[in-house]
Amino acid sequence: MGEFLRVLTDNASLFRDGFINTVKLFLIAGVGSLVLGTLLGAMRVSPIPALRAFGATYVNLIRNTPLTLVFAFLVFAVPKLDVNIDYFPSACIALTVYTSAFICEVVRSGVNTVATGQAEAARALGMTFAQVLTLIVLPQALRAMVPPLMSVLIAMLKNTTIAAGFSVLEAGAIPAYMAERGEPQFAVLTWIVIGFLILILPLVVLQRFLERKWAVAR
Amino acid sequence: MTTGDPLIVLDGVHKWFGPLHVLDDVSLSVDRGEVVVVIGPSGSGKSTLCRAINRLEPINEGTITFDGQPLPAEGKPLAKLRSEVGMVFQSFNLFAHKTILENVTLGPVKVRKEKPAAARERGLALLDRVGIANQADKYPAQLSGGQQQRVAIARALAMQPKAMLFDEPTSALDPEMVGEVLDVMTSLARDGMTMVVVTHEMGFARHAANRVVFMADGKLVEEAAPAEFFANPRSDRAKDFLSKILTH
Ligand SMILES: Nc1ncnc2c1ncn2[C@@H]1O[C@H](COP(=O)(O)OP(=O)(O)OP(=O)(O)O)[C@@H](O)[C@H]1O
Ligand SMILES: [Mg+2]
Repeated sequence: MGEFLRVLTDNASLFRDGFINTVKLFLIAGVGSLVLGTLLGAMRVSPIPALRAFGATYVNLIRNTPLTLVFAFLVFAVPKLDVNIDYFPSACIALTVYTSAFICEVVRSGVNTVATGQAEAARALGMTFAQVLTLIVLPQALRAMVPPLMSVLIAMLKNTTIAAGFSVLEAGAIPAYMAERGEPQFAVLTWIVIGFLILILPLVVLQRFLERKWAVAR
Repeated sequence: MTTGDPLIVLDGVHKWFGPLHVLDDVSLSVDRGEVVVVIGPSGSGKSTLCRAINRLEPINEGTITFDGQPLPAEGKPLAKLRSEVGMVFQSFNLFAHKTILENVTLGPVKVRKEKPAAARERGLALLDRVGIANQADKYPAQLSGGQQQRVAIARALAMQPKAMLFDEPTSALDPEMVGEVLDVMTSLARDGMTMVVVTHEMGFARHAANRVVFMADGKLVEEAAPAEFFANPRSDRAKDFLSKILTH
C-alpha cells in the first residue's frame, strides 16, 4: 500500500500535468462539439434540403471513421497542406469534429421525441425555423437528450486518451512515461483509472440533477 | 356577414401526396368577415385544404392569395403571412413547456416584437374573454381539453390575425366540453372574424356559418348557405354524407 501511494506522490507533477491536459481537452472539445453538434443537428431537421444533406453526410462520414484516423488526418495530413497547428489544438479539433457527429444524432433523436404539433403550432404563429427550434422544440427535447448526451460526453472523456498517441501529454500518455521511469504498471494504471472515475463523477451527478429537475417540470 | 371583398382566394388548387390526389382543382373564395364551414367524409382533404391556406402544406398546382397577395414560398414573408392567419388544431398543440399566459404572449413578443408588458396585458384580456384568466400561470397539461382549446384560440387571437382557420377544433373533446369552445367561436364569428372552420358540428354550421362547403375525394362538391345545404343537398355524395351524420 505504501508502494502504491508512493507511485502517486513521487510522480505527482506528471499525474497533475497529464490530468490537467485531459480536463482541458475535455472542456474545450466538449463545448466545441456541443456547439457544432447542435448546429449539425439543426441542419438535419431544417427545411432546406442542402443543409439536411450536408448534416447527414457529415454524420455518416465521421461516425464511421475510427477516431485515430481523424487524429491522424489532423496531425499528419493537414500540416502537409501548409496549415500548421500545434498538437494540442489539433487534438481538440479532432475530438470536436468526431464527437459532434454523435451529439448531432442525440439532438436529432431528441427533436424527434417532441410532438410534431408543437413545431407546427409555432410555425403557424409565424415563427422562423430558428425560433421554432430554440424556443419550442429544443427546450422540450432536452429532457430526452440528457442521458444519451452524457454517454457521448463520457465516451469523449475516455477518447481524450487517444491524443497520447499524437504527442499530447494527457492522462493516457502517463503510462509510457512511467514505464521509462521503471514504475510498476499495475499501480500506475490503477491510479489513472481512479483519476478518470473522479472526472466522470461530476458528469454523473449533473445527469442525475438534470433528470430530476426536468422530471417535475414540463 | 359577407362583404364581397375576398380575403382568401384559392384558384385551381391541386395537391398530391404521392399518387394520392388530395386536393383536386379546388377553387374557393372567402370574403372578409365571412364564416365558411367545410364538411365532408374522412380523408376528403379538409385538413389539407385548411393547412394549405397558411402553407403548412405546400400545394402542387394553382394559386392561393391572401389579402390580395399570393402566398409567399418561404422565409420571412411566409412567416409574416402565417402571423396574420390564426390556426387552431384538433389536438390544441399548446406549448407544453410554457404557462398558459406565456403560450398567449410568446407569438406577439417573439414574432411581432411587442413589448412584453403590452403583450401580457392583451394576453390576460384574451384569456379573460375565453374564460381562462384565473388559470394564467398553470401549464397546459393541468387544464381540461376544452380549456386548452380555448387557450389555443386566445393564442391565435393574440396575433390579431386577419383570418382564423379551425381544423376540427372540437373533435378531440369530451362531449360536455364541446359547447364552451363553440361558444367562443360563435362569438368570434359575430364579431366579424373571417373564419374557415372544418367541423362536423352541424349546430355551429347552421347558426354561425355564412356558407357550407362540402368536400369529397379532394373535390369541392357543393357549396350553399347552411339552411339550404342541410334542407336540400344537391349532390348524391352530400345527401349520403348528411344522412349518415344526421341519423346518429
Ligand atoms: N402527410 C401526408 N402524407 C401522405 N398522405 C397524407 C398526408 N396527410 C394526409 N394524407 C392523406 O390525404 C388524404 C386527405 O387527408 P386530410 O387530412 O386532408 O383529410 P380530412 O378530410 O381532413 O380527413 P379527416 O376527417 O379524417 O380529418 C387522406 O387520405 C390522408 O390519408
Ligand atoms: Mg382532418
